[in-house]
Amino acid sequence: MRDIAVVAFTQRQESAIPGESEVEFMVPLMEQAKQQVGLTQQEMGFTCSGSSDFLAGQAFSFVMTIDGTGPVPPISESHVEQDGAWALYEAWVKLQCGDIDTAFVYSYGKSSPGSLRDVLATQLDPYYVAPLWPDWYGLEALAARLMLEQGVVSEQQLAEIASRSREHAATNPHAVRRDRKSAADILLEEYVAEPLRPSDIPESADGGAVIVLAAGDRARELCDRPAWIRGIDHRSDAHTLGVRNLTSATSAVIAAQRAGVGNDKVDIAELHAPFSTSEALLISALGLDDRTVINPSGGALAANTMMASGLIRIGEAASRISAGEADRGVATATSGPCLQQNLVCVLEGE
Amino acid sequence: MAEEVLTAPLVLEYPFTRTTGPIIGSFLTGLREGVILGVKRSDGSVLCPPLEYDPDTSEELSELVPVQQTGTVITWTWNGAPRPQQPFSRPFAWAMILLDGAGTPMLHAVLVDGPEAMSTGMRVRVEWSSERQGHISDIAGFVPDDGAASTATEVPAEVEEVRSVRTPIRMEYTYTPGRSLSQYLRAMSEKRILGDRCPTTGQVFVPPRGVSPMTGTITDEMVELPDTGYVESFNVTRVPIKMRPDLTPPYVSAWIVLDGASVGFMGLVMNIEPEAVRIGMRVRAVWKPDNELEMSAQNILGWEPTGEDDEVVTDYERIGRVDQGGSQ
Repeated sequence: MRDIAVVAFTQRQESAIPGESEVEFMVPLMEQAKQQVGLTQQEMGFTCSGSSDFLAGQAFSFVMTIDGTGPVPPISESHVEQDGAWALYEAWVKLQCGDIDTAFVYSYGKSSPGSLRDVLATQLDPYYVAPLWPDWYGLEALAARLMLEQGVVSEQQLAEIASRSREHAATNPHAVRRDRKSAADILLEEYVAEPLRPSDIPESADGGAVIVLAAGDRARELCDRPAWIRGIDHRSDAHTLGVRNLTSATSAVIAAQRAGVGNDKVDIAELHAPFSTSEALLISALGLDDRTVINPSGGALAANTMMASGLIRIGEAASRISAGEADRGVATATSGPCLQQNLVCVLEGE
Repeated sequence: MAEEVLTAPLVLEYPFTRTTGPIIGSFLTGLREGVILGVKRSDGSVLCPPLEYDPDTSEELSELVPVQQTGTVITWTWNGAPRPQQPFSRPFAWAMILLDGAGTPMLHAVLVDGPEAMSTGMRVRVEWSSERQGHISDIAGFVPDDGAASTATEVPAEVEEVRSVRTPIRMEYTYTPGRSLSQYLRAMSEKRILGDRCPTTGQVFVPPRGVSPMTGTITDEMVELPDTGYVESFNVTRVPIKMRPDLTPPYVSAWIVLDGASVGFMGLVMNIEPEAVRIGMRVRAVWKPDNELEMSAQNILGWEPTGEDDEVVTDYERIGRVDQGGSQ
């Protein structure tokens, strides 16, 4: 295996970016990331992006966004209709093949033109489930009640997760829900989708993120302290909700084992947990305890940029390692209803 | 720059018709006939609704068996503000319901007066739709079990099997065009056409997208283009398009290169016989009457010949080059 590291990261998240098109708000992020490492687009060995046209209803937005990279003469590129963490995975595989040393990864989402809560119904089983249009919060609430009634987690614990997210987000300029709130006050909130309260559900954001990957000595040239990807794996649970155990993140358990999360201490964990319940399941799936700082950015509860939140988790963990604030971290990304699919990435400084 | 953000309603509809295959088709046929079928897994348990395969083992499944029309709520949540496409228009519960005889729960709606009437473990029965067509919505939803459940378990022989299902998708958005297209649309309402210039290559792109598609550089210079140009390429359409009843075949779609632009953009050629249209033909925009102008590219009804001498087009490769400016 080649040593591959995150060497640059930029992000933008706001509650809504109505005045700019996707390509208009992504180009400055792309330029900043290239400036961080002093590379031009033509010096990137591979480019991979993640987005979904369903979010803004903008057909072929990903094609327009490729324009923003400066793709002439034609570049080697690919796109996934998934969170950018999976674009990063594809780039990592491409780098493992050995014929390139750098890769440019970005993803973005502009959910504000539509109703994300409803748009996500289109990812469900088209015969039995999607025609009923269950909304995103409703499905998560079904899992949440199972967790509570089976004693997997308590409402108090969920409120503490939500409160910690807001506490951490208060110092993250990229977070959206940044006002502090105690667990006791959160428990007084009225349900959005019983048993989920407003603080248990993600704060929706528009935005995007860019990551530059580099291999071996090239990474050391480009970055003072690269964040090395020591393990990365992704797994998917069944599509059919009825056959899944919704009180555990089975795919994350396997991905975490394969990525080697438990092989050493974990200083920080950036978990792509849109709901407080998702965070409780992921902490358990990864075997984390109170020695790990969970979601120092505030996580996806504080700003959930659909299609970029997972990539941002990797970037957040990597930038804390590069800044010397942590030596070893883990980041996750999720996709599908109720933590169906999970990617786990272990990062280390040297 | 502090102009109001332009918005427009945008509705996307996908009128999908999906083929079902034999297992899903049998289940939907059963629903139409008032029977609920599951499929047996190798351990003898019943997957309901049925799939062609076992999601755990990927084993192929084929033995359909009926399940009861009563069941138990294993988890639920309250939906206080139903959306138009959901099962009921008044508030209802979403629930995972384990039907008697089934080994896996199914998602559906439970109609009760309020969340206080819901509980895990409560018994419910199927409420059928009055008109059934072989669709998951043939089950209108579930209601508390009052002993009135049908006990039908036999799908009559000789009924027509469901082979496809309509699953229309409709999503509503509030579209915002972004910075550059907003300027373009505002100019359109004054019969002006804006492009943007690549600061590196000098090329002019229309419509403007705010970024040079050649270099990825942000374009900060808007360029006002004349409403004249030439036909770079064209086709004659002789088949009507359902979504555009306003277009009567034959009509000519063309790639029009405006004077001063580096790329063409799409338009209709009008006021000339299709057979007379040719590459290089000089054209000018035909605008809507002034009192009908909107912030829309549809203000240009089409392009008509100017009668000038044809453009001699020799430089078809200008798009891929970054060493020169506009086309003229």
